[in-house]
Amino acid sequence: MGRKLLTEHVNVEGIETFAVYRKHGGYRAVEKALKMTPEEVVEEVKKSGLRGRGGAGFPTGMKWSFLAKPEGVPRYLVCNADESEPGTFKDRYLMSKLPHLLIEGMIAGSYALGARTSYIYIRGELLYVLRILEKAIAEAYAAGFLGENIQGSGYSLDLHVHPGGGAYICGEETALLESLEGKRGNPRNKPPFPAVQGLYARPTVVNNVESIAAVVPILNMGGDEYAKIGVGRSTGTKLFSACGHLNKPGIYELELGVPVEEFIYSDEYCGGIWKGRELKAVVAGGSSVPILPKELILKTAAGEPRLMTYESLSDGGFVTGTMLGSGGFIAMDETTCIVKNTWNFSRFYHHESCGQCSPCREGTGWLEKVLHRLEHGHGSMHDIDLIVSVAKQIEGNTICPLGEAAAWPVAAAVRHFRDEFEWHVTHPKEATQPGAVYRGNLVMA
Amino acid sequence: MEPTTAAKPQFSPAAQAEIKRLLTHYPDDRRKSALLPVLHIAQAEFGGWVSPEVQDLVAETLDLRPIEVYEVSTFYTMFNLKPVGKHVIEICRTGPCMLRGSDELTAHLERLTGAKVGGNSPDGLFTLKEVECLAACGFAPVVQVREKYYESLDTEENVNAMLTELKGMVHRPILPWEENGLPTSLQNN
Repeated sequence: MGRKLLTEHVNVEGIETFAVYRKHGGYRAVEKALKMTPEEVVEEVKKSGLRGRGGAGFPTGMKWSFLAKPEGVPRYLVCNADESEPGTFKDRYLMSKLPHLLIEGMIAGSYALGARTSYIYIRGELLYVLRILEKAIAEAYAAGFLGENIQGSGYSLDLHVHPGGGAYICGEETALLESLEGKRGNPRNKPPFPAVQGLYARPTVVNNVESIAAVVPILNMGGDEYAKIGVGRSTGTKLFSACGHLNKPGIYELELGVPVEEFIYSDEYCGGIWKGRELKAVVAGGSSVPILPKELILKTAAGEPRLMTYESLSDGGFVTGTMLGSGGFIAMDETTCIVKNTWNFSRFYHHESCGQCSPCREGTGWLEKVLHRLEHGHGSMHDIDLIVSVAKQIEGNTICPLGEAAAWPVAAAVRHFRDEFEWHVTHPKEATQPGAVYRGNLVMA
Repeated sequence: MEPTTAAKPQFSPAAQAEIKRLLTHYPDDRRKSALLPVLHIAQAEFGGWVSPEVQDLVAETLDLRPIEVYEVSTFYTMFNLKPVGKHVIEICRTGPCMLRGSDELTAHLERLTGAKVGGNSPDGLFTLKEVECLAACGFAPVVQVREKYYESLDTEENVNAMLTELKGMVHRPILPWEENGLPTSLQNN
């Protein structure tokens, strides 16, 4: 059983209240931070090797050190709680069970960045979690951890929660900032980056919920100690949200480095595939990352056991590897139709495209349409090449990464399961029977 | 948009107080930031949807031009732009929920409520709406009704329990800002 740095006390009764959270060591990280200089806090986070937990995996400390600090201009820390990536449901869990952990991280992070007002942007569907956070924030104000002159340190901070309105694209940081300003969630052209011109055109850092929460154990134990956990550049612990055809779907905090095979089959974690079935494929880091067949998710192309780390999951690049992404781990059993699943994801991206860039607006529509006809037995062999070509034309040609997010799953599905797509073309009658699934041998790229 | 002869809508005093509280969250010259939270309040206040008149009220409340509200209300999927039933059941249809039976759940709910996806039931009690990922994939299939998530709806029992609960809600659910009063955070501002 690995160490739990974020969720150690998650099952303690009343841990969502200030009093119980405080009794279990809560707000010590804030007390510690306030005795340090802001630069020292940033340094600890840098030393920890913490990488952004929202999906991109960019080093958090480095992101913090990029923040512009012009004299007399307010700057902001904004928490990205717009969790919307299919397969990902860890932040909802963290915020509803441990609201004070996020608030504590927000205070320490805001102090490090010199922010006097900070926001938690939460997806609109989670209004009930917003109420939980607001209640906890009120408790923190009452206890002198928010507001004027926090704990007599001379540092003051206001913290607010802001709901979205239902739009996946607002998880992209500049779309999120547009949304927080009361506009449509259209991503901005970069540069300027948010670190220079973010919220209200002022310097802003946007971090995922889990990244900000991780600052608390980092400060408590010290960045160097935190960096000792994990493997190589994958330091610390990470929440994985496991779903799909598993015996025990749910949220697991792992020390980075657990073998994928252990994570799927061990009773300590997901407990194997449901209904005694075989694993067929896994989407390991949220719907945007490349799907891998069983053989390649359990072992790399070189035959090494694959580990739950940023490096191991991406071993082999996109030819034989994938990405850790957000930690949204979707397992599919042998009865899963890959064509149907790919069509479902393409419908998602088409629905969620903001429509700003033509390659994405039009391309996601084409992907959905052509995959729909392949799935429903009206496709041709040319259609299989067509979706690969459309995906290629979206990739790299859009303002924000939704383009890549839409293109990658399609390219990877065809790469690893081309024979299943072809079977839909050659055997349309069989393929469109309810519950029909291709059971041929997998073809490797 | 159809013209109506109904009286101009007004926010209740409780909602007005909540809007006043929300406006303290943003710089004075950035009132527009409150647009999404105020649209949520408006939708909850006026029967689960935002009519053109209600959107105009939101614009007036925040000193915005009406188009600034329309372009936002049409971008975000949570705002209903036509009348809805008493309970809007938002069914997640994305991959992880589909893998665990959201298609079957949708068909089942259509049979049980008499509503078709995108429409209302004849008794006006339910609206069925398909939505994308609700971030509860480990508890699939999942639906949302107002601020509540109903999870693991892959059993007859759980689906029936949900519908029984919803049918039993005779009165309009109390809105959070009516129930809780003003949070203490406001008292510090």
